[in-house]
Amino acid sequence: MLNRISTFFYLRPRLVLALMLIPPLLWFLVVYIGSLMTMLLNSFFYLDGFTGKVVREFTLKTYLKLLDPTNLQIFGRTTLMAVLVTFACILIAFPLSYYMARFTSGRFKTFLYLAVTIPLWSSYVVRVYSWKLILAKEGIITWFANLVHLNGLLDAYLKLPGVGGTSLSISPTGIFIVFVYIWLPYMIIPIQTALERVPKSLIEASSDLGARPSETFRTVILPLAFPGVIAGSIFTFSLTLGDFIVPQLYGTSSYYIGKAVLTYQGTSGNIPLAAAFTMGPIVIMIVYLLIAKKLGAFDAL
Amino acid sequence: MPSKSPAQPGERASWILKISAIAALLFLHIPMWLIFLYSFTTEESAYSFPPPGLTLKWIPQAIATPAMQDALFLTLKVAALATITALILGTLAAAAVYRYEFFGKEAISFMLVLPLALPGIVTGIAMRSAIGLMTIPFSFWTIVIGHATFCVVVVYNNVLARFRRTGGTMVEASMDLGANSFQTFLHIILPNMASALLAGAILAFSLSFDEVIVTTFTAGNQQTLPIWIFSQMLKPRNRPITNVTAMLVVLITAIPILIAQRIVASSHDTEGNK
Repeated sequence: MLNRISTFFYLRPRLVLALMLIPPLLWFLVVYIGSLMTMLLNSFFYLDGFTGKVVREFTLKTYLKLLDPTNLQIFGRTTLMAVLVTFACILIAFPLSYYMARFTSGRFKTFLYLAVTIPLWSSYVVRVYSWKLILAKEGIITWFANLVHLNGLLDAYLKLPGVGGTSLSISPTGIFIVFVYIWLPYMIIPIQTALERVPKSLIEASSDLGARPSETFRTVILPLAFPGVIAGSIFTFSLTLGDFIVPQLYGTSSYYIGKAVLTYQGTSGNIPLAAAFTMGPIVIMIVYLLIAKKLGAFDAL
Repeated sequence: MPSKSPAQPGERASWILKISAIAALLFLHIPMWLIFLYSFTTEESAYSFPPPGLTLKWIPQAIATPAMQDALFLTLKVAALATITALILGTLAAAAVYRYEFFGKEAISFMLVLPLALPGIVTGIAMRSAIGLMTIPFSFWTIVIGHATFCVVVVYNNVLARFRRTGGTMVEASMDLGANSFQTFLHIILPNMASALLAGAILAFSLSFDEVIVTTFTAGNQQTLPIWIFSQMLKPRNRPITNVTAMLVVLITAIPILIAQRIVASSHDTEGNK
């Protein structure tokens, strides 16, 4: 009996393929693509200010609202933060990735690899939380500043407009530090992967031809690592654009895209505006991905 | 230090490089250790450093907190169901992509990775839109469906990688020796796949266990553990309990991840020995 069923299916590979493919395909088309479509649809509806209900009529009103100066500011602020976080991640990640790829092997490399991936997989909320302990007014940073008698400098920094706040744990600087901290592994791994692929012979050839180590680094290693940097930046950039947890916990009253979306859909029930707002990061990411593709980042993945 | 270095003979990492690498590692790890330290501080309403004293009393208190327990059980239930769903869907998709040629094959991987690659808020607000538009009530199931969707890709990646490495020769041999598809599946495919499935399941489970962004939009008033911790952080009522819970979450997620890494690494090793 089993044999016959087995033969039946063996002779009909297309049927087996359909049986395998339909469940995941259906799930993704209905649940995921379907949801994305409703989001797109919602962004063309609008919220009636009087009744507080969503009016299901086609309109571009909601998109026009995105052009309000406050909303444009939110886009600008978030994009600037994403750019800064990405650059900081590159600066911190590169030496570690370079060290891992070129100067370690065997068990030590595995150990370092684990040391980078464990934070990547361990609880995101908890990692965000951990900096509250450090940046709090009574926390380690203040303690350390007092220890080395630099508390005056810290206070002066906190008074600076644009970066300071009541304490580091409620300031744009705080948001920046936490973002860099939580997304850093996403930058380390692609750069390391790209550097691992640089053939040893190429580096030897470069030095045989008389290049100094710094020249080899600049003209051989750096260009080959570049796709990895771009790949990592896709993560750091996209994750920063869409996050609302960090600005919510460490932010002053100024909004970021994620926080704005959360507020619109939550307290005011304005799902159309939240949906339209979300199109922002999607468009920014698509542009970014197209640029990345031109720069050859996908060949490295 | 490793004896065999892939760098050029005689070339050493400069001390600037070493220090920057160590600094980056410390930056990644110290904050996590601090959570452990603060779980034992005697202080109730501040984060003073150094802690004025150490105590073990918060641990039993945290474990006995009903809201924490409820959140933990909800999270475990969601993660378990999301993992099972992801296992089924991810394995089916991986098998189809590995075994067959069909139109749109390239698009499948792309579509599966989208929920994880796009900012979490996109998936979140998309599902919130669907829930709003079709007036679906928030429930346990809305959370599970959201989680399963972004968990599929980790199972898919693990299983597909294993398929590609094991190749089809064993399956062909089994069929040639007269086994039917079911026997081949039971005796050849499943044992070969088992550790990849386990690793995928662990990763999917911890992904779901931690998730907060998509969950915010699909949970309504229900609180999973990450959402509970987040709400505690927003309005700090009981900091010691939050600290201990945070520590427990790190332990609960880190240990399975270590196991999953081991599994993946050991399967690479056996592959190399063949």
